[in-house]
Amino acid sequence: MTATRQPIATGSDWNFRVLEQFDAELARLADEYRLDTYPNQIEVITTEQMMDAYASVGMPVGYHHWSFGKQFLAVEQAYKRGQMGLAYELVINSNPCIAYLMEENTLMMQVLVMAHACYGHNSFFKGNYLFRTWTDAESIVDYLVFARQYIARCEERHGVQAVEQLLDACHALQNYGVDRYKRPSPISAEEEAKRQEEREAYLQTQVNLLWRTIPDAPEGGEQLPGNLASQLDDPLGLHSGGRYPPEPQENLLYFIEKNAPLLAPWQREIVRIVRKLAQYFYPQRQTQVMNEGWACFWHYTLMNRLYDDGHVDEGLMLEFLQSHAAVINQPAFDSPYYSGINPYALGFAIFMDIKRICEAPTEEDRQWFPDIAGTPWRETLEFAMRNFKDESFIQQFLSPKVMRDHKLFLVVDDDQEEMLEVAAIHNEQGYRQVREALATQYALSVREPNIQVVEAAIRGDRSLTLHHVQDSRRPLARSVYPVIRHLQKLWGFPVHLVSMEEGRVTRRYRWPVEEPSQDDS
Amino acid sequence: MTYFIDRRPNAKHKSAVNRQRFLERYRQHIKRSVEEAVNRRSITDMERGEKISIPTKDISEPVFQHGPGGARDIVSPGNKEFLAGDKIRRPPGQGGAGGAGEGGASDQGEGTDEFAFTLSREEFLEFVFDGLELPHLQRKPLKSLQEVKMVRAGLARDGVPSRISITRSMREAYARRIAMRAPIRRALKEAQQALEAEERKDSVLRNPARIAELKAEIERLEKRIEAVPFIDTYDLRYHQLSAQPQPSSQAVMFCVMDVSGSMTQNHKDIAKRFFLLLYLFLEKHYEKVELVFVRHHTAAREVSEEEFFYSRETGGTIVSSALTLVNGIIEKRYPPGQWNLYVAQASDGDNWDDDSNVCRDLLIKQLMPQLQYYAYVEITPHDHQSLWQEYETVAARFPEQFAMRQIVEAGDIYPVFRELFKRRLSQQR
Repeated sequence: MTATRQPIATGSDWNFRVLEQFDAELARLADEYRLDTYPNQIEVITTEQMMDAYASVGMPVGYHHWSFGKQFLAVEQAYKRGQMGLAYELVINSNPCIAYLMEENTLMMQVLVMAHACYGHNSFFKGNYLFRTWTDAESIVDYLVFARQYIARCEERHGVQAVEQLLDACHALQNYGVDRYKRPSPISAEEEAKRQEEREAYLQTQVNLLWRTIPDAPEGGEQLPGNLASQLDDPLGLHSGGRYPPEPQENLLYFIEKNAPLLAPWQREIVRIVRKLAQYFYPQRQTQVMNEGWACFWHYTLMNRLYDDGHVDEGLMLEFLQSHAAVINQPAFDSPYYSGINPYALGFAIFMDIKRICEAPTEEDRQWFPDIAGTPWRETLEFAMRNFKDESFIQQFLSPKVMRDHKLFLVVDDDQEEMLEVAAIHNEQGYRQVREALATQYALSVREPNIQVVEAAIRGDRSLTLHHVQDSRRPLARSVYPVIRHLQKLWGFPVHLVSMEEGRVTRRYRWPVEEPSQDDS
Repeated sequence: MTYFIDRRPNAKHKSAVNRQRFLERYRQHIKRSVEEAVNRRSITDMERGEKISIPTKDISEPVFQHGPGGARDIVSPGNKEFLAGDKIRRPPGQGGAGGAGEGGASDQGEGTDEFAFTLSREEFLEFVFDGLELPHLQRKPLKSLQEVKMVRAGLARDGVPSRISITRSMREAYARRIAMRAPIRRALKEAQQALEAEERKDSVLRNPARIAELKAEIERLEKRIEAVPFIDTYDLRYHQLSAQPQPSSQAVMFCVMDVSGSMTQNHKDIAKRFFLLLYLFLEKHYEKVELVFVRHHTAAREVSEEEFFYSRETGGTIVSSALTLVNGIIEKRYPPGQWNLYVAQASDGDNWDDDSNVCRDLLIKQLMPQLQYYAYVEITPHDHQSLWQEYETVAARFPEQFAMRQIVEAGDIYPVFRELFKRRLSQQR
């Protein structure tokens, strides 16, 4: 085979013609492996543009906010010091799928990024159930354009500072601006702009209804048959007694948008924009390991195929292997380079292992994975990619072999004990426990404190009460005060946050800290 | 399906707005860092940016997070010797061995307490001079040999071919063609209608003479239409430039320094920083700043910058010699009507006893009325001598224009400089 090797290009220089040839070759291989992808839009950009893109969290069009400036400065600094390469990994979940190639990358890097992003991530975006359910690749770019224009217009009308403060507050709560169980309606710029005005008017009437003074309601209600009266006057059933909201609400930004008494319509719209974008990024936060693992698996597979088919030479392949090894390197916990589990390494290991289990299962594998041992690997891999998120993926597919290879062990850190305890290691007795714990570690519901709105005092002082359901006595970090201060700004009235564990109140926070009766100006 | 797009030519500095907003928001922090930097650095490298650090906690974007405490499970890779049931001493520093599952959401730093970034030179100087105002900045009348700047001044009918405005010329030509052809076309249309009417008549009633006449008329009109020139000299328009006197303001800064034996190199370095700050500052406000270096011991001399700072002399001190020389230079080269005059003097306070009141009189009577500003710094840890006292009377006479401060060590310069050039609100009246 090596005798007939005819590389498409050699050396480290690239040009568009060569890239197109490589892309055609990758596309052919992807097709052979039945990778289902969106069309690719590959953009060649400069270093500075790459840093821009990094700073705006990969949104190709972003609204203006100081935090993106901060991000930019951080990236710039890290890049200049050489702490960070900027090669992999900027790809946008949109249709067409936008991926960035940096102009100063070597040929190998460009090919690697194309394999990784344009075929790996791209097919993940198109296939994984979370992305299919929660994001709309067709319209995201349009929506970003709408958001940018809308916010710019608000800045003109209401001042940069007012908008900035509002965005600060929304950003603080954006992780609590997602619907976890309900599919959001698709968004599109045109539609959005058209509906936005109607929504403004409508939302305001709803809020007015909610905050209307109480005495009016019974008067009108008395004459009409009870049922009808409450429907006419109070379609939301707000004043029929009981607390509002009737059920705890976990989407804090949604609750604010719909119910905060003092927000102006444009402010509600901005809350909505932040919420929509948080929703768009929500699947990405839940599929780090899988997404990167999948992309690494495919760039590894595709690059090897390019080599086997004679399209690249040994030099490029060696450069690739070095780069690949660096990406999937997992330093041990006591290494100075350790900074948590490397999602690339873990994901890649699991996907490679699934393939191994399919192709050459051992006795152990048959015992642990009777369903997939010996099945065709491509179908099994596709199934694993489509139907899981990190938490369930690890729970389902992390094999004893991967745990042994990574030498995973579980430590329990209890602040009531003097010593840390090693609860389980990578052995027969420990596999299940380690796997369970690692899966939990990736569950967003465990990673982030569980906080919900339980009551808005619509009849009282209009204060807002939230519950933090505490787990294993883990308290909130000190950042809780600035966050509830932001929340209070949005809500406009006092905010109470109560930490509870097993029905017992462990700690109360409130903002403003002082009772308003003392001094309030 | 794949599309390649070359975005490299696209607009740069997409993040410029965000960057600016960040700097604006943390103005106070950055200013503090800049001030420290100015004190620390040698002024010769004022001309570069600066690394700024802001405590991470001050610029963090808060989110709800788990704090330390409680019980948590941590899975880590790379086990070497542990077995289930082993107890490990808690590593120093909270969080310890594996912050693995923790906070991945928000902390993006390298685990440092400082958020560091670099200001560009312009941004740096902006912060250095933030809130300072040049005292009595006046736009002086321009010299008779003024600088002029050519500015666009609309269009003209004549000019050189190289400045022709094609669009406007064509537009004129188009308008002229429409205007000139319209009446002919109207006549043509009438003639054609008449001809048609004539031809539609019954053959008996037709007037052949009339028809021939009309046909000739039509032909003539058509020729006339064609004869309207496509472009004519009237149509040509030229971009016009006009010379506009530039309201540029120019300033001259006199650096006066005592180089007598008592001034050590350290004194001079301090003085140099002060002069450089003032120079950078003036340069920012005036388009043109000239520097005149005057050094003196018992006699004064105008020298080059190099000589000014680095050559050493010995001997006594007569300050008035320098002031007289400055006055002479002003008279000869810098008429106060055309120049903004600034004098910065540095000295260790020594002066020949009988000379100090001469200085005072010279300042009050001759120099001060012509100057924008006179800044005197005395570099000494010791008590003041007669010169300081005499200058105090000058300061009392010209409180707005005369400033004096004492500097003990290099770190004092910047605060003193800021003090001297602080924006004065009372001046607004």
